[in-house]
Amino acid sequence: MTGKAQTSPSTRKGRTSPRGGTGSGTGTSSGGRLDVDALLDDPATRIVVCCGSGGVGKTTTAAALALRAAEKGRSVCVLTIDPARRLAQSMGLTELDNTPRPVTGAALDGGSLDAMMLDMKRTFDEVVEQHATPEKAAQILTNPFYVALSSSFAGTQEYMAMEKLGQLHATGRWDLIVVDTPPSRSALDFLDAPDRLSSMLDGRFIKLLLAPAKGPARLISAGFGIVTSALNKILGAQVLTDMQTFIAAFDTLFGGFRQRAEGTYALLQARGTAFVVVAAPEPAAMREASYFVERLAGEQMPLAGLVVNRVHETGAGGISAVDAESAAQRLVDGSADDDRTAGELLMIHAERMRVAAREERLKRRFGAAHPGVPTVSVAALAGDVHDLDGLRRIGDLLAGDGV
Amino acid sequence: MAQSTQLHVVTGKGGTGKTTVAAALAMSLAGQGKKVLLCEVEGRQGIAQLFDVPPLPYEERKIAVGLGGGEVYALAIDPEAALLEYLAMYYRLGRAGKALDKFGIIDFATTIAPGVRDVLLTGKVYEAARRRTGGRFTYDAVIMDAPPTGRITRFLNVNSEVAGLAKVGPIRRQADSIMEMMRAPETRVHLVTVLEEMPVQETIDGIAELTSERLPVGHVILNLVRPSVLSGVSQKALAAGSVRPAEVASVLAAIGLERDVTVAEALIAEGEAHLERQRLQDAQREILDDCGRPLVELPLLSDGIDLGALFELAEQLGDLR
Repeated sequence: MTGKAQTSPSTRKGRTSPRGGTGSGTGTSSGGRLDVDALLDDPATRIVVCCGSGGVGKTTTAAALALRAAEKGRSVCVLTIDPARRLAQSMGLTELDNTPRPVTGAALDGGSLDAMMLDMKRTFDEVVEQHATPEKAAQILTNPFYVALSSSFAGTQEYMAMEKLGQLHATGRWDLIVVDTPPSRSALDFLDAPDRLSSMLDGRFIKLLLAPAKGPARLISAGFGIVTSALNKILGAQVLTDMQTFIAAFDTLFGGFRQRAEGTYALLQARGTAFVVVAAPEPAAMREASYFVERLAGEQMPLAGLVVNRVHETGAGGISAVDAESAAQRLVDGSADDDRTAGELLMIHAERMRVAAREERLKRRFGAAHPGVPTVSVAALAGDVHDLDGLRRIGDLLAGDGV
Repeated sequence: MAQSTQLHVVTGKGGTGKTTVAAALAMSLAGQGKKVLLCEVEGRQGIAQLFDVPPLPYEERKIAVGLGGGEVYALAIDPEAALLEYLAMYYRLGRAGKALDKFGIIDFATTIAPGVRDVLLTGKVYEAARRRTGGRFTYDAVIMDAPPTGRITRFLNVNSEVAGLAKVGPIRRQADSIMEMMRAPETRVHLVTVLEEMPVQETIDGIAELTSERLPVGHVILNLVRPSVLSGVSQKALAAGSVRPAEVASVLAAIGLERDVTVAEALIAEGEAHLERQRLQDAQREILDDCGRPLVELPLLSDGIDLGALFELAEQLGDLR
């Protein structure tokens, strides 16, 4: 697999966003504020990919961006991977049927919003059915290796998300597609999936396994003899036979798969695509965001900017954590309710100031390492987002419209 | 000393802090004088970052010493290295092992072949948990910082999956032994969550999935819990909206802080947000109260996680078995 950070900071800088870097506002990095509205308003923006590590609010960010774009009059489809149940329900995503359906309740002004949830196995099955003869498809779909590959291969979900994106894009039905990426072990898996599939198709091992099935066993070398006998010893002969049957049946599809993977990859590099890296102000998530920004630059993929979710802000920054704490100590011991309440509010404030300072440090560090990346911070909401109003509120925060 | 090796599998939704909890659990057991191996399987080097040591190689290294004289070793399990080690150990595949590598089979097996990666990762944990040094088990406990809740059942169960593919042969036997360990009385799968809607739902689904596969569920660990600061009186007043900015401002002024009403309003808003969070936490905790598994709470530490914080969290995890 490809290394993480082969790109030097200087090449990285030049490639960052063609859009969005010019706005004013309160961006924390020197890349300026990520102008979400400019991004969504630009008719040249055709695909927005939200990526980042697990648990940082990718799905919510993707849904909020899609809703905002639709309510600005664009025709939008949002492809989600694993939405929270109530959020899914509020978007009409009650079943996993791999078909985009209109979201009701969006305040549409000439725009439209469709949403769908990815069904990984079904997407894979459909690809097989589309590209193989019915008998061959049936043979593939029941092979134990296919069943395992389509449901549990690390990377299948990522690859199928890409595949689905390519399909949705090809229909031309929407002028903007917003994609949420799978909750991978690492945000980078998403970029590696098509490559990994291609490398499987090109692997010497596969070619060797295919060779005997293709007739004269002229390619079987002495080395391969050792290998197959070793594999037979370890796996049992029947496994290798199953594998060969599967690969032979799959063979006709391979060329098509690789082509599609390459096509999707090119689509991600195209001018109309914008990557939005999503993070939470935690060390691990910000580190993943850094890797991702570097990878995108290395792959020449267009980065729109960074969204830092769940940031703690304060309107009482004039009272420092230390002052608030010492005042609180004196007040909470008092006898008057007013004093005690004020003291408790100051304790809450002291904690918030400390959290805010830590988050600010993380954001500054990111900004220093990636000076060209436009950034926007989204304030932490006290409750979960599970309806369109909540998504609108997130959309406002993303666009810097205040609460 | 070690009669058997405990295996603690720590899972949780992304962002809930499972690596931190796994590390704190390791410190807790080391604090009881135990020799512990802490493994990570996702190539993230999260353990090295937590303990502030250089990236871990595929080699067991001592990274901390517990207050009770125990020790924490750490290992980042790399599937390729695990496969080569496995082949060397069980098959003495000198020449053939090299041939496998040359033919791209190591790469194929570790990145592409369905399930093999997961078998290798769990297989290495199995090897460490069963290893003996001089008649005793090498480790008192092995802790695995495992894949997230959404994938944990499939991950732990992957040996069943392989058992379905490989009907006979050594791989099958290996897979069967691993499954046996996963379901053994010394094994526990702990689920880490935060008190928010989606992670809690995933935890409940995860418990159901694990249980239906007969995988032993241990504790549910509520991580990053925000302690309640507000007294009953203040809670009531905030909920009723009867905390007046002017009154707060005058208290602030009397104590020598800013007297600005907008500052008082901001403090009240922060208090209201705190209260709403508390209520959300309480509601989610109530849901988990009914999940049938013991709960442990770990507080949110506002200064972030370092070695000192791990010791602090470790104290709360003393009951995990």
